[in-house]
Amino acid sequence: MNKYKVDLHTHTVLSPCGDIEMSPENIVKKAKEKGLDIIGITDHNSTKNCNVLEDVAKDYDLMILKGAEVTSKEEVHCLAFFENEIELLEFQKYLDEHLPKIENDVNKFGYQLVVDRKENIVEQINWLLISALDVSINQIEQKVHDLNGLFIPAHIDRARYSILSQLGFVPTDVNYDALELSKFVVKNEFVKQNQYLADYCFIQSSDAHFINDVGSITTAFQMNDKSFKEVALALKGIDGRKVMCYE
Amino acid sequence: MLICKNMKVSDIIDRLGLKLESGQSGVNREIDGGYVSDLLSDVMGNSREGQVWVTLQTHKNVMAIASLKDLAAVILVKGFKPDEDMAKQSEEEGIPVLSTTDNAFEIAGKLYEILK
Repeated sequence: MNKYKVDLHTHTVLSPCGDIEMSPENIVKKAKEKGLDIIGITDHNSTKNCNVLEDVAKDYDLMILKGAEVTSKEEVHCLAFFENEIELLEFQKYLDEHLPKIENDVNKFGYQLVVDRKENIVEQINWLLISALDVSINQIEQKVHDLNGLFIPAHIDRARYSILSQLGFVPTDVNYDALELSKFVVKNEFVKQNQYLADYCFIQSSDAHFINDVGSITTAFQMNDKSFKEVALALKGIDGRKVMCYE
Repeated sequence: MLICKNMKVSDIIDRLGLKLESGQSGVNREIDGGYVSDLLSDVMGNSREGQVWVTLQTHKNVMAIASLKDLAAVILVKGFKPDEDMAKQSEEEGIPVLSTTDNAFEIAGKLYEILK
C-alpha cells in the first residue's frame, strides 16, 4: 500500500473570496511544489471549475477530487465529492435549483470566474455563490449519497459556518464519510474535547483561498492507488487502508 | 405598571397570537425571559432556564438544546415550520414549538413588552 499526501479543501477564482491568483495552473503547480498527491476542488456552491483543474492536473500526475463546499440552510459548510461527470453535473443542477439568486456585488465580494486552462474567462457567475441553499444538511447529505458521493462537514472546529457553531453539536443521524478539521487545531486535542466524535474519521485541510495556503496542512491517506474508490475505502478504513492527521 | 408573574407558554400563545406547532403537553411551562439567536452553539452557551427561544432554525438539534437548557418554548419566526423530526422531538420532550409570521425583531419586541 502507498501513502499519499492529501488536501481536500481548495478554492479557485470561482469562489468570490478566492484570490485572483487561484487559477488552475497556479493551484496545480503549487500543489506539486508542496508534494501533494490529491487535492479537492471545493468552491462555494459550485462545481464549475472542477473539470479544468482536472484537465491541467493530468499533466502533473496530480489527482483532483471534484466537488464543492456546500452551504446548508442552517449555514453549515459541507464538502461534497463525486466520482463521475454525470453525478457532478447532476449535483450542479441541484445547486442551481436550491441556491437563491442574489446578485453578486463584485466590489464587495469579489469576482466569481469560470476559467479555461489558459486563464481565459469562460463564464462569470452573476448570483452570489456564498449564500445558503434552501435545503437542510440532512437533505444535502441524502442527495450527495444518492449520487454515490462523499459527504464531509467542513472545518467543524471553527466558530463560523461549522456544524458545531450552527447546530451546537454534531447530529448523529446524518451519515458522514469523515469530519474535517481546520489547520488551527490538533486532532487529538479536538477529540479529547469532543469525545462523542472519537469514532469518526477525521481529515484536516487547508481551506486555501490564497495560493500560498494550498497544502498548508495535509492528511495522509494509506491506500492502494490514487482513485475516488480508494479514497472512499480509506475513509472507511477498509482492509488496512487508513487516514491519518499529522500531529 | 402591571408586572406579569408566572407567565405561561399558553399565555403568550393567546396574547401574541402564536400558533402551536407541537409539544402541546408543555403549554403550562412557566416563562422566565427570552433569548434570540440562530447559532445553536450560542444558545447552548448563553441561554438560561425558562427562557423562550426565538429562532429561524428548524433542525432537530434545536429541541436537543432546548431540552438541555430547560427552555420554556421555541418560537419559529417568519412562518417557518419545524422539520418533521424536530416536531417529533418537541412532542417527546414536552417543549412546545410555536410559530409566527412575524420576523425575529417584531416578535422579540412584542415578547419584551409583555415579559419585561
